[in-house]
Amino acid sequence: MTPPSLRLFRTRAGLPALMAFCLALCSLPAFASSYWLDVLCRIGIATIGAMGLNILTGSTGQISLGNAAFLAVGAYATAALAGRFELPFVVVIPLSGAIAAVTGMLFGIPSLRLRGLYLAMATLAAHFIVIFIAVHWESVTGGVNGLAVPAPSLFGIELDDDRRLFLLILPLAVLLLLFARNLARTRPGRAFIAIRDQDIAAEVIGIDVFRYKLISFAVSSFYVGVAGSLLAYQARLISPENFPITLAIDYLAMIIVGGLGSVLGSVLGATFITVLPEALRVGSGSLSGRYPAMVELFASLKMGVFGLTIILSLAFQPQGMAARWHSSKIWRKVPAS
Amino acid sequence: MELFLQLLLNGLVVGGIYALVALGFVIIYKSSGLLNFAQGEFLMLGAYVCLAILEETRVPFVAAFLLTLVFSVALGLLLERVVLRPLLGQPLISVIMVTLGLSSVLKAVVQALWGSHTRPFPPVFATEPVMLGPLPVSQGYLWSLGCVALLLVLLTLFFRFTRLGLAMRATAFSQQVALSMGIPVRRIFALSWSIAAAVSAAGGMLLGAMRGGVDGSLAFYGLKVIPVVILGGMDSISGAIAGGLIIGVLENFSGGYLDPLVGGGAKDVAPFVALVLILMVKPHGLFGTAHARRV
Repeated sequence: MTPPSLRLFRTRAGLPALMAFCLALCSLPAFASSYWLDVLCRIGIATIGAMGLNILTGSTGQISLGNAAFLAVGAYATAALAGRFELPFVVVIPLSGAIAAVTGMLFGIPSLRLRGLYLAMATLAAHFIVIFIAVHWESVTGGVNGLAVPAPSLFGIELDDDRRLFLLILPLAVLLLLFARNLARTRPGRAFIAIRDQDIAAEVIGIDVFRYKLISFAVSSFYVGVAGSLLAYQARLISPENFPITLAIDYLAMIIVGGLGSVLGSVLGATFITVLPEALRVGSGSLSGRYPAMVELFASLKMGVFGLTIILSLAFQPQGMAARWHSSKIWRKVPAS
Repeated sequence: MELFLQLLLNGLVVGGIYALVALGFVIIYKSSGLLNFAQGEFLMLGAYVCLAILEETRVPFVAAFLLTLVFSVALGLLLERVVLRPLLGQPLISVIMVTLGLSSVLKAVVQALWGSHTRPFPPVFATEPVMLGPLPVSQGYLWSLGCVALLLVLLTLFFRFTRLGLAMRATAFSQQVALSMGIPVRRIFALSWSIAAAVSAAGGMLLGAMRGGVDGSLAFYGLKVIPVVILGGMDSISGAIAGGLIIGVLENFSGGYLDPLVGGGAKDVAPFVALVLILMVKPHGLFGTAHARRV
């Protein structure tokens, strides 16, 4: 019998609980305000991207600083495929993910041959090169002015607001999370973990380290590309400004705060890092009545709290929020994990 | 020809600063295997602290420069003790992430204390240019090059001829061997952080003095260092110096010659294109050691 940590659902009640949780989420658009719906959609998108990064960083032990770049690739691919070629989203989203995966492999091949953290360097380069192209290849990307993206449509219904779009993002996120969860139980998934824990030992037991690192990076970039595609569908207008290097660091923070190598951690981390600035905005907004200086300080407050979150969470719960969740045993009572 | 010489000189001056910052990066990497992504923030903080000292106390630039170096050494020691030491034994990824968190906090502190707009730096160097053959050269450039050269020579002497320098080289060679020889490896880590903070701060102050102003974009120099260390070799000090100069020149040449063709921005992207090419052709850089993998 497989141990709980490897089963798709830790307890027998897991699947029904997940379904109930998703149903509850589905009903949210009926009464949430449009502001929180926007946040909810962004959480869903961030979850997909964070899950992708977690396959690479949490399971395989490689660091990527190119998440913003691959989000951009997915988003621009969507803008081109949906805008210029008028393809339906069922084709556009996976294709955008695939284009991001191929772009990722382009940068992964030279750096993943080497031991050590060369992927971090190569993906940092990827970021600046992709953004340079996005700014300068005006005929395709619209340059600094950006590019409009048509709304996705399903059976003639336009998913043109967050309310409807959420019903596309949610099932997609659940599907991709389940796939990632299952990946850990397959041969490639075990190879990833072997490489992370001891790459030389992995090589000795017959794992083609370069090949599996590359596969991991391709899968990861695919996820991030899908997130980018959804980002484009949600924003409806994309420009290079949407993809700063700090966005890439946000995604790294999500998996660190949430929990490396954990599906639940990706969800919790994505939620936390997405909600954090919103909570700060609400908090500082209510304070600004008494302290007008708050408004000016908001940008540095956001940045400082973000950095402190990373530092403190590494110091006090280095295994992330997911580990805390599991060790608290709440999941025995709420088995949706 | 004049353009060529001008670009070459600009490249060498900026490259010297890159060399300083890259040196800090390499020292930390060599002693503890970490990639420090807060190197650019050390540089920015150094420039702001120096400016604050100049504005508050009106001491001469040299005094402010030295005071800032002292401050940076203290900051490096403090950060190592408070932020990094608790993470000893954690996976490398966590420790690298902490440097990203640190960079965010340092940026926030600078922005909260000094705002986000450009602040003018009091004139430090005489403004009239010196004629080097046919080429008018700003005095700040020459001073900066001189300072960088002096610092690099001093550091090289330190590594080669002092006991502490020897201890650092031993730690870089092998932590276990160093420990068993009685070298306080933890203190060496702390020392490497303070040297890294100090050399970056020196680079920041020279930049501030040359440009006549400081702003948040200074932090970007920390990312430019990545191509430099890849070119020079991650674990080579002479590589950091050579890499810095080459990347500085490359950047200015592509800015001068390619920008008109591609419509701007070539200067910023060229080092990163170079990074990818180097990884393809000579992944361990010019002077880095290619470790043989024994299985």
